[in-house]
Amino acid sequence: MEENKIISNCRLVIIGGSAGSLNALMQILPELTALRNYAIVIVVHRKSTDDQTLEELITLKSSVPVKPIEDKTILIPGFIYIAPSNYHLLFEKDDTLALDTSEKINYSRPSIDVSFESAAEIFGSSLVGILFSGSNTDGTLGLQAIQENGGKIVVQNPLSADMPFMPNNAILFTTPDYVLNNEEILALLNSINS
Amino acid sequence: MIEDIELETLINEVYEYYGFDFGSYSRASLKRRVYRVYQLGGFGHFHEFLSKVRSDPEYYKQMIDEITVNVTEMFRDPTFYGILRKEILPLLGTKPFIRLWHAGCSTGEEVYSMAIMLKEAGLLHKSLIYATDINATVLETAKKGIFPLRMMKEYSQNYRDAGGQEDFSSYYTANYGIAKFNEELSQKMVYSQHNLVSDTSFNEFDIILCRNVLIYFDSDLQKRVINLFDESLAVLGFLALGTKETIKYSISPGKYKQFEKEKIWRKIK
Repeated sequence: MEENKIISNCRLVIIGGSAGSLNALMQILPELTALRNYAIVIVVHRKSTDDQTLEELITLKSSVPVKPIEDKTILIPGFIYIAPSNYHLLFEKDDTLALDTSEKINYSRPSIDVSFESAAEIFGSSLVGILFSGSNTDGTLGLQAIQENGGKIVVQNPLSADMPFMPNNAILFTTPDYVLNNEEILALLNSINS
Repeated sequence: MIEDIELETLINEVYEYYGFDFGSYSRASLKRRVYRVYQLGGFGHFHEFLSKVRSDPEYYKQMIDEITVNVTEMFRDPTFYGILRKEILPLLGTKPFIRLWHAGCSTGEEVYSMAIMLKEAGLLHKSLIYATDINATVLETAKKGIFPLRMMKEYSQNYRDAGGQEDFSSYYTANYGIAKFNEELSQKMVYSQHNLVSDTSFNEFDIILCRNVLIYFDSDLQKRVINLFDESLAVLGFLALGTKETIKYSISPGKYKQFEKEKIWRKIK
């Protein structure tokens, strides 16, 4: 990886995705080695009644340990966290996670924008946001908020996305630091804080 | 977004002027809700918003209704209702009289869900469901038992997923986009305003349901509210929380036994 792509002082990588993003995650997560002093939070759209399947699948495939999210779960570097279905996921100042059942935003709960904006406010420049495949506009405003607060933003290359609409929309309305295919995103994650 | 100091000023002024204490609410969610109300009001500066809240009690009331989360659904988490139907109601059914409390009931969708299950278990006639919320406006909706008709398809699916076998549409009358639930269900409901932050226990119950309310409170307030529930619960009574909530940081272990993997605890002493 090129020198200028290495991101340092990162405490959190927040990942958003919708339709088609699971494929990309399943290519990347199993290949990830240990997370160097940062945590990953994954926010993907899914059926409101799907409570555990995604957690179980990622836990099974990932060599990085996965921690379930409950009310006031503490974020610890080195772990992957997955936003539960049917709640918005927010971040508190004391590094705990907060859940919220308020109205769906753009038909989604969890909403990627809501989680990205909340993380941007708490983590500022120590945040990296990555947006994957999907067929709606969720995530674009969130990426803007991350950038405005000094964080880095990454968009999956629409050519490698199953559903290019969501990454395309983000590229149209933000200035991503990187537009990357899945292998490049993996390399970026492995280089963080090195 | 609004500044932290602005939010804290609002919290202090609301307490000073109206005696309502948001100080123990989780900040991330509260801030987002306040920001939304502030934006909707079209204020130029936060101090204009503060001044409006101070000087206009009617606006203050609207603001409180907007800030408190009132989103709910019938048979939310069908697995939970399935367990309630199969495991918990038969245990409660052995009692001559069943007292239930829905704390933070919002517009009442979960209360009507419970009434339907009690009816199907043949227990509604000997039950009394107390349902409370801090928000008087949502209680008015709940009393009427009128919900949007467009939600019925989803609720009907939830009902079946929770083990319901009747024709769900037999529980309501559809009319002009609304579904009005049968009065037979609401006859055993008592609605009343109650603030979990400041009000005390008012009865003894066999089951207390408080789902997705504690997530809006900080740890100290959670402890206080769980103790309030403990004081209000009969021995061998049940406490049911939301699927991501727990009592384990709030009450001494050994006093309650968790019901399998569900967010249902039984008071054992």
